[in-house]
Amino acid sequence: MRRLWIGLTFLVFALLLGAPVVRIAMGAWNDGWSGFAGGLTRPEAVHALAMTGLIVVAVTVINTVFGVMLAMYLVRAAWLGPRLKKLLNSIVDLPFAVSPVIGGLMIVLLLGPDSAIGGLLGAAGIKIVYALPGMILATLFVTFPLVIREVMPVLQEIGTQQEEAAAMLGAYGWTTFRRVTWPQIRWSVVYGIVLTVARSLGEFGAVLVVSGNILFKTQTATTLVYQDVENFSLTSANAVALVLAAGSVALLLLMEWAKSRQKHA
Amino acid sequence: MHVEVRGLNKRFGEFHAVKNVGFSIAKGQLIGLLGPSGGGKTSILRMLAGLETPDEGDILFHGKRVNDLPPQERGIGFVFQNYALFKHMTVEGNIAFGLEVKKWPKPRIRERVAELVELTGLSGFEKRYPHQLSGGQRQRVAFARALAPEPQLLLLDEPFAAIDAKIRQELRSWLREMIDRLGITSIFVTHDQDEAIEVADEIMIINQGNLEQKGTPWDIYKNPQTPFVASFIGESTIVEDISSLRGFEDARAWPGTRGLIRPEYVEIGKPSEFQILSATETGRVKHLQFRGSEWLVELEVGSTRLVTYRSLEKEVLHPGDEIQVLVHRAYLFNDNDSWIMENKLKEDRTYVEI
Repeated sequence: MRRLWIGLTFLVFALLLGAPVVRIAMGAWNDGWSGFAGGLTRPEAVHALAMTGLIVVAVTVINTVFGVMLAMYLVRAAWLGPRLKKLLNSIVDLPFAVSPVIGGLMIVLLLGPDSAIGGLLGAAGIKIVYALPGMILATLFVTFPLVIREVMPVLQEIGTQQEEAAAMLGAYGWTTFRRVTWPQIRWSVVYGIVLTVARSLGEFGAVLVVSGNILFKTQTATTLVYQDVENFSLTSANAVALVLAAGSVALLLLMEWAKSRQKHA
Repeated sequence: MHVEVRGLNKRFGEFHAVKNVGFSIAKGQLIGLLGPSGGGKTSILRMLAGLETPDEGDILFHGKRVNDLPPQERGIGFVFQNYALFKHMTVEGNIAFGLEVKKWPKPRIRERVAELVELTGLSGFEKRYPHQLSGGQRQRVAFARALAPEPQLLLLDEPFAAIDAKIRQELRSWLREMIDRLGITSIFVTHDQDEAIEVADEIMIINQGNLEQKGTPWDIYKNPQTPFVASFIGESTIVEDISSLRGFEDARAWPGTRGLIRPEYVEIGKPSEFQILSATETGRVKHLQFRGSEWLVELEVGSTRLVTYRSLEKEVLHPGDEIQVLVHRAYLFNDNDSWIMENKLKEDRTYVEI
């Protein structure tokens, strides 16, 4: 009886996850290799994939550095008032509660060309909304909790005693972090990075609102797929979608590997 | 004085953890901080280490004020209760850490680590990780790690609390021996009386943030200066009306005085077992409990209940037996004063010197 249920579960997940990927692959190969290659190498696709790549790299680097720092402050800093810590903690969870589209809209309202800050920067020649900085900001907002939430529980679990022991032995802040704290949070940070990359790859709503989806200027891989579907160029859509899907599968495997190292550490 | 503390105060929010504590410790002494949980002992130790800052007071090492010196600069070795070993480093790595931070030359580090591994009996375990060691071994690594940078002062926070009883005994004697050999000034925190009495040169009893008494184990035992110290060390019974006991009638002169009687102050037995029978009074055995090496006897004298020990060598008693009871002395205390009073009748009045 149990085998039946297990079999059924596998079937459901195969249908939900496996079938669409197969369908995308089939769709991408509709016109053979030339169709697939064409979908990928056309100028708008190259630009969109480059934009996605750029955003992913920038967002991952910024979120890792500041994420680890904020996690350290939230868990370790005794001089931060408890109420301030609680507030910051809730803010960290905010992107989970809010729809990415709302996040994007928030950025447009605060930093758009009609706003005070946006207008000021615009006059200086710096565009935020409807340009790369805005798209990076939107993706930062959406992926911001991921590294922090991976690192904080580990920091809490390992406790302060090892760091105090290091202090008694003469080690100051950076040395203690490098030799005592980092080796223990390393794999959690890697897992957080993998989650961040996966999330930024697939980010759609926030980026769509903030970027305006301007062809050749502010299009990402996801918004390009959206545009292709709207225009019924399904082969091209499937080609780009397949690249994204392949990326997701690769990341999934990386995630599993990082998790297993996390347990061993 | 090697370590001196004056007027130390520490509050955690509303809670006054350390109240005006002051003491001095000479070089090479092994001092035990003893007291009930939550009394403030660990807070005092952490303030000495620099892991907490005192609200008021001065901490001096060799006459120099170190309040503003960070823990990294104080030259102190600290052994934590749960070892706090670096889990991702081997035994060697752990011990070498302090030396690498101080940028000692590599050959010298290797030499020192080998020396300490030998000293702490960990030869053969150098390449192991903490999770591959037993509790006792881990504690020895913690000890070796703390000693590696040649500290002036060694602080130990309940070092044997997390270890099982049999190993604890061995480690206790090993620690005593080690510290004696190295001649390093050491302060350790414990709530285990036997440990403090066995290991320390001097004990400081800390209760509710106050330093109740500082002295040798013998002093503290024989001359407790406060009611808390008297009742904390050893097992004792409080007697409300001490003047009702034979030989202590003089206590009537101080009304409201209560007595604290240790089991060792009470002697019981058949009339034939006593030299000064006139100092004894009759009592009855209420209950007997076998304690392995002796009997624990609960008895009643008049309306007073007392507790004492009886050697296995003596004639066995039974509940309900009538026995003679001699109370040698009692620790008397009231709101103003406390002192030890000997049983007046113990002086043999029949003896006349010619």
